[in-house]
Amino acid sequence: MAAIEAHGLTKTFGKGKKQVRALDGLDLEVPDGGVLGLLGPNGAGKTTTVRILATLLTPDEGEARVLGHDAVAEPAVVRGLIGLSGQFSAIDENLTGRENLWMFGRLYGLDSTSAKARGVELLEMFELTDAADRVCKTYSGGMKRRLDLAGSLIAHPKVLFLDEPTTGLDPKARLDLWDIIRDRVESGVTVLLTTQYLEEADVLADSIAVIDHGRVIAEGSSDDLKSQVGGERIELVVHDPTQVTAAHELLTRSAEGEVEVDAHARKLTAPSRGGSSALVQVIRELDLAGVAIDDIGLRRPTLDDVFMSLTGHTVIEEQQVSEPAGRAS
Amino acid sequence: MTATHHDTTAPTTVGNNNAFVDAMVISWRNLKRIPRVPDQAMWGTVQPIMFVLLFAYVFGGAIPIGDSDDPMLYREFLMAGIFTQTMAFAVASASVGLADDMQKGLIDRFRSLPIARSAVIAGRVVGDLVFNAFIMLVMVLCALLVGWRWHNGVLNGLAAFGLLLLFAFAMLWIGAWIGMSVRSAEVAASAGLIWLFPVTFLSTAFVPMNNQPDWIKTVAEWNPFSSVVGACRELFGNPNPFVSDNLPSQHPVLLALIYVVLIIAIFAPLAVRKYMHAAGG
Repeated sequence: MAAIEAHGLTKTFGKGKKQVRALDGLDLEVPDGGVLGLLGPNGAGKTTTVRILATLLTPDEGEARVLGHDAVAEPAVVRGLIGLSGQFSAIDENLTGRENLWMFGRLYGLDSTSAKARGVELLEMFELTDAADRVCKTYSGGMKRRLDLAGSLIAHPKVLFLDEPTTGLDPKARLDLWDIIRDRVESGVTVLLTTQYLEEADVLADSIAVIDHGRVIAEGSSDDLKSQVGGERIELVVHDPTQVTAAHELLTRSAEGEVEVDAHARKLTAPSRGGSSALVQVIRELDLAGVAIDDIGLRRPTLDDVFMSLTGHTVIEEQQVSEPAGRAS
Repeated sequence: MTATHHDTTAPTTVGNNNAFVDAMVISWRNLKRIPRVPDQAMWGTVQPIMFVLLFAYVFGGAIPIGDSDDPMLYREFLMAGIFTQTMAFAVASASVGLADDMQKGLIDRFRSLPIARSAVIAGRVVGDLVFNAFIMLVMVLCALLVGWRWHNGVLNGLAAFGLLLLFAFAMLWIGAWIGMSVRSAEVAASAGLIWLFPVTFLSTAFVPMNNQPDWIKTVAEWNPFSSVVGACRELFGNPNPFVSDNLPSQHPVLLALIYVVLIIAIFAPLAVRKYMHAAGG
């Protein structure tokens, strides 16, 4: 039995012309102890999926199960098994870190003393002990997210839903949070993680589902997806337009596939598997051949590339098309 | 983040709370916040004091009670109206508080916890009620300073205060329902209050209903707000010029209690239902 299961989930918001089909027959499964990264742009249906599985939303059709329990028919049971950490740091900013955890502990059914003890433990684990008695208003974005995550771990949930856990965080805070999440995973928790960052899914998830328009359009390990996208590439800009052809010939000899040429921008892109040593090799050869370059680098596939290859449009275009009213929010 | 984490507390059974404990934890949280946002508490207290002083000194003397235009008589008449109005304005604290929680994602968080459905709303209402009892106390002191008194003994006086708090409790459920229905705290602030102005002014709270057109008199007489005000005047032994021989004027205490129970019976389930289906931020 999979720890998290969704079959044929559909959900439509709004009425008439404003109707938006957020989920359009979404299927996913996360095995016990696994980490599934749900990757997709804004409006793809990631949050809707999490909200249905976490009993916050009822699907129009389909089935959502957590550890075998139906999220629609047995919401109370499911709530006792899961931890949810959302896009917002859902903590009370006018309480201290310690008070927040005590409150959540009490609401999970711990008595006052155990709630206090569990709070101390989590504050320690999340390196918030020094800030424990400060009002959360004064916390940094990273600290708020850590406290939010700590709150979702109070009752030792076996299943954890993380909805864009690091969106809006600076790189240092993001790395800290990744460490914490990896730690949870090692202790055997099943995780469903949504993210807009391929890198994040790459680091944390052992399997990735790409969703677009409320449906899973690709699934597999991060390597599977990357090979679909074409893997790493060397990208370079030639200084002199007349040398584009020379650079093209040179790259074609060592490239793993077809070299793309944008003559107008003097830009060439070549698939490569050799990592930085291949890059050094190319630079050496270009230098020997007397081709001057303005810019060169290794480019790893991004979410944009995954999207481009799977759907033929980029994430940015997608957002512009599907969210014309986004500004209003 | 080090790899050696102490995660020793044995897994606990969850979800064995009862609705009462859940609600008390939430109201603890709502009360804990009050001294930490002192400006909110301060304005919440200043407003009723301002009303007491403005009405007592500006209208006192300008509005005759019966045949007498003694300003002291008007102040005696007025206070039950101001008390009731302030308790009615409790609506805004519940609606703004809950809309704010929803905006910040806290309602979603609470909804994902194994707690009673009614806990978050009930916790809000109880917490706000305690705060309103404090405001009530401040206002009574202020009213005593401007010369208002109650004349029917301690028990009747306490009964009046009890009724006022019961009324605030009922109004808080309306506020909770509004707060769960709107999209932001800003909207909740105006949506919570705007409708109360016609309700409080089309009543017997501030002016005796003697020379108004008949339709206004009828509306004012059957207005639940007037019943609470009238009941308090009767219990306090303050001047209460009857509008007519109709039921509301004759049995204000009974009718006030009926209204309060009705409001709770209608709006408590509505608010909890809204909470269950809240769209969230």
